[in-house]
Amino acid sequence: MRYLPLTPDDRAEMLGVIGVDSIDGLFVDVPPSARREGFVDLPHVAGELEVERELAGLAARNVTAGSVPFFCGAGAYKHHVPATVDHLIQRSEFLTSYTPYQPEIAQGTLQVLFEFQTQVAALTGMEVANASLYDGSTACAEAVMMTKRVTKRNRAVLSGGVHPHYVATTQTLAHAEGMEVVALPAAVDAEDAVIAAIDAGTACVVVQTPNVFGTATDVTKIAEAAHAAGALLIVVTTEAVSFGLLKSPGEMGADIAVAEGQSIGNALNYGGPYVGLFACREKLVRQAPGRLCGETVDADGRRGFVLTLSTREQHIRRDKATSNICTNSGLCALAFSIHMSLLGEVGLRRLAALNHQRARELKAALEGVKGVEILTPRFFNEFAVRLGKPAAEVVEALAARGVLGGVPYSRLAPGAGMDDVLLVAATETVTAADIAAFQTALTEVMA
Amino acid sequence: MSTTMNTVGRPTAPVATAGDIPATLTGARGLLQDEALIFELGGWNKTGVDLPEAADADEGLSGLMRDTAIGLPGLSEPEAVRHYVRLSQKNHAIDLALYPLGSCTMKHNPRLNEKMARLGGFSDIHPLQPVSTVQGALALIDRLAHWLKTLTGMPAVAMTPKAGAHGELCGLLAIKAAHEAAGQGHRKTVLCPTSAHGTNPATAAFVGYSVVEIAQTDDGRVDLTDLAAKLNDQVAAIMVTNPNTCGLFERDIVEIARLTHDAGAYFYCDGANFNAIVGRVRPGDLGVDAMHINLHKTFSTPHGGGGPGAGPVVLSAALAPFAPAPWVVHQADGFRLVEEAVDEAASAFGRMSAFHGQMGMFVRAYAYMRSHGADGLRQVAEDAVLNANYIKASLSDVMSPAFRDGPCMHEALFDDRWLEGTGVTTLDFAKAMIDEGFHPMTMYFPLVVHGAMLIEPTETESRQELDRFIHALRLLAGAAKAGEVDRFKGAPFHAPLRRLDETQAARKPKLRWRA
Repeated sequence: MRYLPLTPDDRAEMLGVIGVDSIDGLFVDVPPSARREGFVDLPHVAGELEVERELAGLAARNVTAGSVPFFCGAGAYKHHVPATVDHLIQRSEFLTSYTPYQPEIAQGTLQVLFEFQTQVAALTGMEVANASLYDGSTACAEAVMMTKRVTKRNRAVLSGGVHPHYVATTQTLAHAEGMEVVALPAAVDAEDAVIAAIDAGTACVVVQTPNVFGTATDVTKIAEAAHAAGALLIVVTTEAVSFGLLKSPGEMGADIAVAEGQSIGNALNYGGPYVGLFACREKLVRQAPGRLCGETVDADGRRGFVLTLSTREQHIRRDKATSNICTNSGLCALAFSIHMSLLGEVGLRRLAALNHQRARELKAALEGVKGVEILTPRFFNEFAVRLGKPAAEVVEALAARGVLGGVPYSRLAPGAGMDDVLLVAATETVTAADIAAFQTALTEVMA
Repeated sequence: MSTTMNTVGRPTAPVATAGDIPATLTGARGLLQDEALIFELGGWNKTGVDLPEAADADEGLSGLMRDTAIGLPGLSEPEAVRHYVRLSQKNHAIDLALYPLGSCTMKHNPRLNEKMARLGGFSDIHPLQPVSTVQGALALIDRLAHWLKTLTGMPAVAMTPKAGAHGELCGLLAIKAAHEAAGQGHRKTVLCPTSAHGTNPATAAFVGYSVVEIAQTDDGRVDLTDLAAKLNDQVAAIMVTNPNTCGLFERDIVEIARLTHDAGAYFYCDGANFNAIVGRVRPGDLGVDAMHINLHKTFSTPHGGGGPGAGPVVLSAALAPFAPAPWVVHQADGFRLVEEAVDEAASAFGRMSAFHGQMGMFVRAYAYMRSHGADGLRQVAEDAVLNANYIKASLSDVMSPAFRDGPCMHEALFDDRWLEGTGVTTLDFAKAMIDEGFHPMTMYFPLVVHGAMLIEPTETESRQELDRFIHALRLLAGAAKAGEVDRFKGAPFHAPLRRLDETQAARKPKLRWRA
């Protein structure tokens, strides 16, 4: 087996050094009833060529985003990632290192995390950010739990614009924690509706902008209402490129900003691994979940970076920890950070403007299709349309015509009574020809 | 014979110098550059990406547009490459040398797996595109699930947890849901050995359970008498790592499972150490109800400097109905997805995250498993255990094994008795290992062993690399016992940085760059 360096001679000699006759002598503590002779019922060792053939065969049965006119979003977005990003994250020293527990020999990872935290704080307009969480949905759930610790209150109010999967992830965790979640009914443009639901027991309100229907909202008034009632405002964003065009959560008064960072530096990967962005006000940081990287000096007074405030964390605090989280999404955070460094402010703003332009072009094309109603009043690169027929069927019919034409809202929330709503996104990867093909196919399907 | 300058340059020869090595003038250390932060490298108007100009935004976004500076520097491509390559050289990595972090299973990461994960058919597909267009992806998830179930002897697996701790959360949520469904929601206690990973009690507390510790016997196993005394009708579950964090197989594990089930509780097994037994022992044969599998440990998806991981959870028949959505169903005409906790999934406890789990890690783990096969995986466990015992045997005369009698499993645990009187601590010894070219072992964990040093070599180390490691540790042990305290107290001396001031970092946290 090509990954196993020991030879039969090595094994025999090593058993001699240990002083046992056979390898079974090292497994004597396994209860006899659980000892298995022979191999489990699975195929045996396979060479690279054989493995490549099988996996390439499976891969070929999927329709890739890059091979067709592609308009899916709803929390995961196809963007172009510079070749440099994937090359650099495959450097051995980044790819095959562990969590930086020994800072003297992990300054590469640690400096990247410090830069990442600064980039995320800048993008979200917040004071500080952590070293990432698993993804946007778990970051949202963790943020809600954090507000319970901060406010000692037990109720969270989520707008009808929050991604239904984020709502479900939060509800799952909240149920276990004994926290009450009030999820308002799905609404294209009603983030403000959370204001009426705030009461004296409300720990936080959660709104999303752009929301799952693509609607961009100024949440300043929601922040004011929340703060007046002693509650915290969590702002969710699933499309990180929007930070290059729209007002940041921090500018609008958010106490915690969480986002899905996949759009920057990371491929679609069928939903994971992604990278959860988590940023908050500095005064809240000791209640924050996840790894934090901080600046310090070494014994010679030279600047260096370490994981810090680890007294919040499970390996120190055990059952008193702020979260059970152990890893972050390190390599995805690295990809995010490299891509963001390449873009810079100039590139990000240009990328964001380009996304918005493509979405406007898409809107112009689709609103001319008979039976299609544009629902989203203000959008970044994604909007909702009403089709007057089940969107899931339309999407299948479009796929049969070689167009991946968006995400039916019913796929996210079957019981919401919005079966005829389709979510469509357009990024910089969409061409004029793609839009024309979508328009043509949709016209046929709607006819 | 004469030489000419033009062909050989100016020959140099080593020159002996007296006294200390002078510090460099720039902060560089030979090839290691003193690399500034991106925020100090300038480039506020620079970009390394060529994009066309877009038309000005409109469409009702007035008042919503960001009109202040964001504060993001940009780098041209050559600058970016140099920045990150320079930073990378300040990291230790499994590709450089044995990385003996106990409990972390730092094994070789095959590059085939990286190549496979980057096939467009896996990396360039959207989690919400029609299932008819991702049949190959669902087939891969289904095949990986089959391998995981077969290797563990368990009937079901929840694929979506994104890391080991996330898997623990999934397992305990399933247990909680099962108890609630059976009218046993009053059970609020979880039992954990004192040697448990920190994530175990943290997870239990996170889902609203209180944690009671189980004592350990002198030979490093769960104390059955103490366990039996603490099991009652308030206990929801026990969380036991097997092989345990002392690197030992829990000999009484079948009895532990029986006692637990007799008390109406579930047995959560922390599968972090599955590498020691994969292909040789099936947790399902031990009475386990739920166990997470760290694909980034046993099945070699790269650790990436701290994630992303993946933590699928195998489940017993009793817990399977409570598994979270979504999951893949294999039927005659292909694969479909169950995505909502309704209808056939009505008893599912909810959802762990937005989509289908760590697909990129699934591809890597499956490529790894397929490459090894049933025979190769069994050899993995045997070689991992052999390597650990070889290290233990080769160091036992100079260091003190925490549990001298009997074999260890995939990791060798030493305590600090052998350092008594030397003035050198476990931490000092570990930091001195850095100077000798090795990453330190896991230190001060498990908590039940004084000054613990937990060494996990894994199966992907050659005899030569093991001997090189053993040689280095024997030299260091000799130096400690010979009174060379200075070699340890100030260590590391030869790393990119010296010891860092973690106290200062925590006292006045500086978590971001500021102008």
